[in-house]
Amino acid sequence: MAADKARKETIGAVRRSFAPWTDPTKTPLIRFENVVKRFGDFTAVDHVSLDIYEREFFALLGPSGCGKTTLMRMLAGFEEPSEGRLTLAGEDLAGVPPYRRPVNMMFQSYALFPHMNVQDNIAFGLKQDKMSKGEIDARVEEMLKLVKLEKFAKRKPHQLSGGQRQRVALARSLAKRPKVLLLDEPLGALDKKLREETQFELMDLQMDLGMTFLIVTHDQEEAMTVADRIAVMNQGVLVQVAPPSVIYEQPATRYVADFIGEVNLIEGTITTAGHDETHISSPVTRFPLVVAQGVDCKAGDKACIAIRPEKLRIALEPPADQTENLFEGEIWDIGYLGDLSIYHVELACGQRIKVSQPNLSRMVARPISWDDKVWVTFAPHAGVVLT
Amino acid sequence: MAMAGEKGRGRWFVIAVPYLWLLALFLAPFLIVFKISLSQDVVAQPPYAPILDLSQGWAGFTEFLSGLSFANYGYVLDFSNEFLEAYGSSLVIASISTVLLLLAGYPIAYAMARAPRSIQPTLLMLVILPFWTSFLIRVYAWIGILSQEGLLNQGLRALGIIDQPLEILNTNLAVYIGIVYSYLPFMVLPLYAALEKLDLTLLEAAADLGCPPAKAFWTITFPLSLPGVAAGALLCFIPAVGEFVIPDLLGGSDTLMIGKSLWTEFTVNRSWTVSSAVAVLLLLVLVIPIVIYQNIQQRELEAGK
Repeated sequence: MAADKARKETIGAVRRSFAPWTDPTKTPLIRFENVVKRFGDFTAVDHVSLDIYEREFFALLGPSGCGKTTLMRMLAGFEEPSEGRLTLAGEDLAGVPPYRRPVNMMFQSYALFPHMNVQDNIAFGLKQDKMSKGEIDARVEEMLKLVKLEKFAKRKPHQLSGGQRQRVALARSLAKRPKVLLLDEPLGALDKKLREETQFELMDLQMDLGMTFLIVTHDQEEAMTVADRIAVMNQGVLVQVAPPSVIYEQPATRYVADFIGEVNLIEGTITTAGHDETHISSPVTRFPLVVAQGVDCKAGDKACIAIRPEKLRIALEPPADQTENLFEGEIWDIGYLGDLSIYHVELACGQRIKVSQPNLSRMVARPISWDDKVWVTFAPHAGVVLT
Repeated sequence: MAMAGEKGRGRWFVIAVPYLWLLALFLAPFLIVFKISLSQDVVAQPPYAPILDLSQGWAGFTEFLSGLSFANYGYVLDFSNEFLEAYGSSLVIASISTVLLLLAGYPIAYAMARAPRSIQPTLLMLVILPFWTSFLIRVYAWIGILSQEGLLNQGLRALGIIDQPLEILNTNLAVYIGIVYSYLPFMVLPLYAALEKLDLTLLEAAADLGCPPAKAFWTITFPLSLPGVAAGALLCFIPAVGEFVIPDLLGGSDTLMIGKSLWTEFTVNRSWTVSSAVAVLLLLVLVIPIVIYQNIQQRELEAGK
């Protein structure tokens, strides 16, 4: 128990203070410099510049076809950039074949060798390095223990379950202790519960081994859970690179706001652009809207407020003494999720907004119901202005 | 229940068709050949005895049984009669041919499996195309190519590479050329089927783990194509052992193959009984390796479970 507590404290300390991207004296481990990749007429990766630091757990997030896998495959050496430079620990990777790169990849399909048993699969990379037999055996044993597959060493991949195969693939890619581990949709084939467990295991593993992990995923929850920083990609372009909380709370564009989680977008016109406050008037409500955020715009410019459903408050009566950030509407639909209820509120202009409220009490005197007239409010620091 | 009954009957019918086919066209003729191999040559019509005469009743049957003997097998297995040598030489020629076929067929199948998807059907078609012409005509064509005044010697002399014609026709070399040429599609097709199935991400994974391409071929591609290698080798080796046309047309007088011996025994010596014994022994020689192979496969399957 004491050891557990000590461990938790160290992890907490490391996680809290880990932000090498804010430190200008740190040199990044991986640098993409203006990297372009074209397949015929199609540009898969469009002038991407990205720095990834040692010991970082970095996620590339985006819809399928956004170029995230291509970016990763360039690092592994399966694709060469059409333009730009890619360096790893200061070394230019141009022309270095995959089998000479100090990175290992865990494939989406796992790509386990079907004719070799678990042990031989894990030992495969070590044998390429001309390690002695004793060293190989020791390392394989260590890896089997790490992924809790000691009993399955002699099994062939087709005799394992999906989750076990995933563990073999992970052990095989970790066995060589690469500088960087690439994970291509590593948990895609697992069911939800196993996936969530594995996410936390991956984080612990990355912490313990002190490696740099680069994960490609289209699952935003997965990226938010595991990563120190997330790069959101769309159509070959990096849209935003930031820690998960910044991506969620301060999305840079409408695309990011919309792609990550649920969001209400309220279109309007700026009436006053203050230093740390923006006033907006919107056709969807007769009340003025205020957001505690300064923007580089002037009065009269079009803007949009992005507010997450959980940051809106809903009530049957209009709040006393509030004349800002207020919407009047009617309940159009209710989704009851147990822990939360999602209210779809139709405003007078016809736009629907989503409000989610935790169900704090088992009994409510007068629950909000279909066709009720409701009032929706938000605090000035709850929304983000996007221009 | 009625449904199940009908379903059961339908299944029995489907299973029965191939069995009836094998029974009528394989097992029955084999039993006839086997019976002839146990008979003795006589100058009569048919040229062997005894013949089962059921008009004599039980006595006829016992007389028939007492007339059968394994004497012909003794004759065939006698060292002084060259049959054993012919079996041995056939196995050697077929083995060497199979190795040559593998060496020639593997690169072809590999290139086909790695070719762009869009041209693979065309390549497959080109491999099968020779079957459009009669096998006999294609073997005859090699006489025109390999003979003293044939295309090959003319070509080499015109290029000034040789001044004396090469003697290829009527040697074992010509037999190898003939077998490799004729059987190549039977080697290429199963190899192609095995290689085409190979998941290319496995090679990426091997490269990722530090394995250069040449080594990845021997550690990943080749072991995974072994079922194709085995199928191709069997498809070529078995007919090559009994091959008659190619050694007869392209081989020399010293080319010893069991198919040729059988032919001579049947047409020149007119011994139906000895040639039947040769055929039955040939079948045994070929069936035993297949049974062993299948046993190994079965054991591997069971070990996999």
